[in-house]
Amino acid sequence: MRKQNKRLLFVLIGLAGVSVAVWLVLSAFSHNLVFFYSPTQVLAGKAPSHGVFRLGGIVEKGSIKKEGLKTTFTLTDLRHSMVVHYKGILPDLFRQGQGVVVQGRRAGTTTFMASQVLAKHGANYMPPDVAAELKRSMAAKAKAALS
Amino acid sequence: MKLIHKYGAPKRFYDLAGSMVPWLAALTAVLMVVGLYLGLYWAPRDYQQGNAYRIMFIHVPNAWMSMMAYVAMAVLAAAGYIWNMRLADILAKVTAPLGASFTLTALVTGSLWGKPMWGTYWVWDARLTSELILFFLYVGYMALQASIDDPRRAAHASAILAIVGVVNIPIIHYSVYWWHTLHQPASLTLTNQPKIYITMLIPLIMMSLAFMFFYLTMLCVRARSEILWRERNADWVRKLVGSRT
Repeated sequence: MRKQNKRLLFVLIGLAGVSVAVWLVLSAFSHNLVFFYSPTQVLAGKAPSHGVFRLGGIVEKGSIKKEGLKTTFTLTDLRHSMVVHYKGILPDLFRQGQGVVVQGRRAGTTTFMASQVLAKHGANYMPPDVAAELKRSMAAKAKAALS
Repeated sequence: MKLIHKYGAPKRFYDLAGSMVPWLAALTAVLMVVGLYLGLYWAPRDYQQGNAYRIMFIHVPNAWMSMMAYVAMAVLAAAGYIWNMRLADILAKVTAPLGASFTLTALVTGSLWGKPMWGTYWVWDARLTSELILFFLYVGYMALQASIDDPRRAAHASAILAIVGVVNIPIIHYSVYWWHTLHQPASLTLTNQPKIYITMLIPLIMMSLAFMFFYLTMLCVRARSEILWRERNADWVRKLVGSRT
């Protein structure tokens, strides 16, 4: 075999070997690589029962109650939900219908005491008038579907 | 193959790159100025983020280039290693600091955006962590290059690191789909409709092209000076230097 082909083969086999090794490591640790758990996973007992972990989902519409720095809201993944208590400053993007990730401890079956609230940003970017127009057309479509 | 050998000769490439630099630099400048004007003034505000989203016109191109430069570096390093191409060794070596600066810029701008939007400068989610690892790969590659004096041996040793590190690239790209991350998934993909409104997309694409041409410009400039240094004892370099003093 020519020296160059030998080196090419060495590189390809090496790369394949490393890829398999990394894949094995990542799939073994995939449980630890998850940044947050959904309420469904928490209620199914898949999140740590003691200690700090992160909970992610959507802020349910009309569930936000503010009292000074204290905020209470319902976090849902549209199947199950948990009530979150938090004291502190909220990020700019925190609002109803927004995806958020909260860090803290479970305080009861469906309650969670958060020490940090992070807003998750979606992949959509558009100007305000287009967003308003989109909302109007969605509402009109929903109305048409109902009647 | 013949063509590669013809232009792969350091002297040939030195001249070719020298004649391309002014054009590449001019194109970079035009794209950068127009892209920044469109991005910072012409593009509308975002419905959720207001003006703060405009940092993406720097963040996204740099993040893309950080990955593209790495793939380029790994391919060049592999070519240099397998086929003993000196020019490929040189191009891989000078790509590393450029890629590292793209990565650092992406990390810093993302962090500055993260504080007001997410509520934190940094989280250890899969996307952010794998991008940080990319930065360490670049730095490790540069350190390895610098620690070996003989250019051929330096190129061989660091090529192995560059090739192994390439497995990190798909991890960065797919991290937002494989695991729950705080970082949002891609707004622009090859297969789906863009999730960015057209008036915001145009400046983003222009800025991406600007940074791509910036990379090519700097690649030529840096490769030229690396060639001069490596060939410092060759006749043509002596003649070149002599003619200017």
